[in-house]
Amino acid sequence: MSKLVVEHVSKSFDGVPILEDVSLRLEEGELVCLLGVSGAGKTTLFNIISGLMEPEEGKVYLSGEEITGKAGKISYMLQKDLLLPYQTVLGNVALPLLIRGVKKEEAYAEAARHFGEFGLAGTEHRYPSQLSGGMRQRAALLRTYLFSQNVALLDEPFSALDTITKGAIHTWYLEVMERIRLSTLFITHDIDEAILLSDRIYILSGKPGRIVAELAIREPKPRSAQFPLTGEFLQYKREIIRLLELPH
Amino acid sequence: MTKKSPSTINKAAPGVLIALLLAVWQGLSSLGVVPKYMLPSPADVVKAFFADFPLLVSHSKTTLAEAALGLSCAIFLAFVVAFFMDRYSLLRRAVYPLLVVSQTVPTVAIAPLLILWLGYGIAPKVVLIVITCFFPMAIGLLEGFSSADPDTINLMRAMGSTQNQIFRYVKFPSALRQFFASLKIAASYSVVGAVISEWLGGMEGLGVYMTRVKKSYSFDKMFAVIFLISAISLLLMKAIDLLQKKATPWDNLRQQEQEL
Repeated sequence: MSKLVVEHVSKSFDGVPILEDVSLRLEEGELVCLLGVSGAGKTTLFNIISGLMEPEEGKVYLSGEEITGKAGKISYMLQKDLLLPYQTVLGNVALPLLIRGVKKEEAYAEAARHFGEFGLAGTEHRYPSQLSGGMRQRAALLRTYLFSQNVALLDEPFSALDTITKGAIHTWYLEVMERIRLSTLFITHDIDEAILLSDRIYILSGKPGRIVAELAIREPKPRSAQFPLTGEFLQYKREIIRLLELPH
Repeated sequence: MTKKSPSTINKAAPGVLIALLLAVWQGLSSLGVVPKYMLPSPADVVKAFFADFPLLVSHSKTTLAEAALGLSCAIFLAFVVAFFMDRYSLLRRAVYPLLVVSQTVPTVAIAPLLILWLGYGIAPKVVLIVITCFFPMAIGLLEGFSSADPDTINLMRAMGSTQNQIFRYVKFPSALRQFFASLKIAASYSVVGAVISEWLGGMEGLGVYMTRVKKSYSFDKMFAVIFLISAISLLLMKAIDLLQKKATPWDNLRQQEQEL
C-alpha cells in the first residue's frame, strides 16, 4: 500500500485556481520530489497534505486512511527551522513526543538516543541560537522524524543554506536516509537537488499548478557526490528544464 | 600615559553628572543663593534621612506590602484576562477598548471615591494599585501572546498540538520578554500608586509620612522620602532585571557560530 496518496486535489483562492487535479503517491521508503517554479502552488499543496488547509476537491490518504483536512497526522519541515528559541535543542527535538503526551523524562531519553545518528551529539543542552544553520536544520529534521517515522514532508528545507553547507548537508542527508528509510515528500525548486536526492520527481507547473510529468531517477543509491558531474545527471536536468518549459 | 577605555568612561558618565549636580546644589545652598526653608541642601537631606531612618523603615514596610499585594493581584488578573482575550477573538474585540478606557481614568480622581467605599485600611490602596498596574500588564501579556510566530503555531498544529500545548510551548515563552518589560513599568507604578493612595488617607506608609512632614514644612524630610521612593523603585527594577536573566537564559546567549 502506498504511504501517502494525493488524489485529484484542486484548490482556488477567491476564485483564482491555484491547483488543478493534482494526484501523486509516495511509496514506502521512497524519496519523491515535487519540483516546481515559484507560484506553481507548491506551498498550497503542502498545506493541504499537512491538513492545515482543506482542498475544494480531492482527497489525501495516509497509509490507506483518509486524512483530508486533518492536522496532526503529518509533520513537516520548512526552510525556516522553526526551532523554539527558548527550549534547548533536546527540548525542541522531543516536542512532538511531549505533544503526544509522552512523559518528559521518557521523551527526552527517546530524543537523546537519536542525536548521534543525526550528527547532533553534544548539542543536547545548547540553545538553537548557538548552532549553525546546518545544525539547526538537522535538529528540525530529527524533530520531524520523531513525530512520525512514517512520512515526512519537507518544504525547501535546505534552500536557506549557503552552497557549501548545502552540499555537505545533501551528502549527510543521503547517508541518513539510507539508514532510516523515511518515506519523504520533498518540495523544492532546485533542479540539481531534486535529481541528486530523489527516486522519482513530479513536476508541478503552470497556472493553476498541474502535475505535468513524472520522472524516475534510476541512479542507484547510495549516490556519490560525483553523480552531479556525470552525463546522466545532465540528461535528467535537460529533460526537466524542457518539461518546466523554461527558456533554454 | 594610558587612556581609559570608552566603556569605562561611558559607565562613569552618569555618576559624574549626578555628583556634579549635587555639588552645584550644595554650593547654591551653602552660599545662601536659595533659602534653606525653600530648598534644603543635600547634606541636610542626608541628615534628615538618617535621623528618621527607623521611622522611614517602618513606613516603607507598609507601603511595600501594599505595593506587593496590589502588583501580585494585578499580574494575576492581567494574566487571566490576557489569556482568555488571546484565546477568544470575540472577547478580545469586546474587551480591548474597555481596557484602554480604564487607563484614561485619572487615579488621583478615583482614590477619594475608593476611600469612601472601602475605608481607610489597606483595601482601597490595593484596589488603586491593581487599577493602575493591571493595564500595562494586560496589554503587555496580550501583545506578547500574539507576538508568537504564526509559522511555529502552524507547525505545532500539524504535529497535533492542543490549544493549551500551543500556549504552553509557544505563546507563553514568547510573551516573557514583553511580560518583564511591562512588569518594570507596573512595579514602579505600584510604589507610586501606594504613596498616592496613602496621601488621601491612612494611618501608616510613606505617603502618610510625606503628608505629615509637608504639613510641618520639613522640606529636608520631604526630600529624604522622595529619594527613598526613587531608590526603592530603582531597586525593584534591578531585581526584575535579575529575575528576567534567570527566567530567560536563552535571551542572554552570545550567538556562537559553529562549524557544521
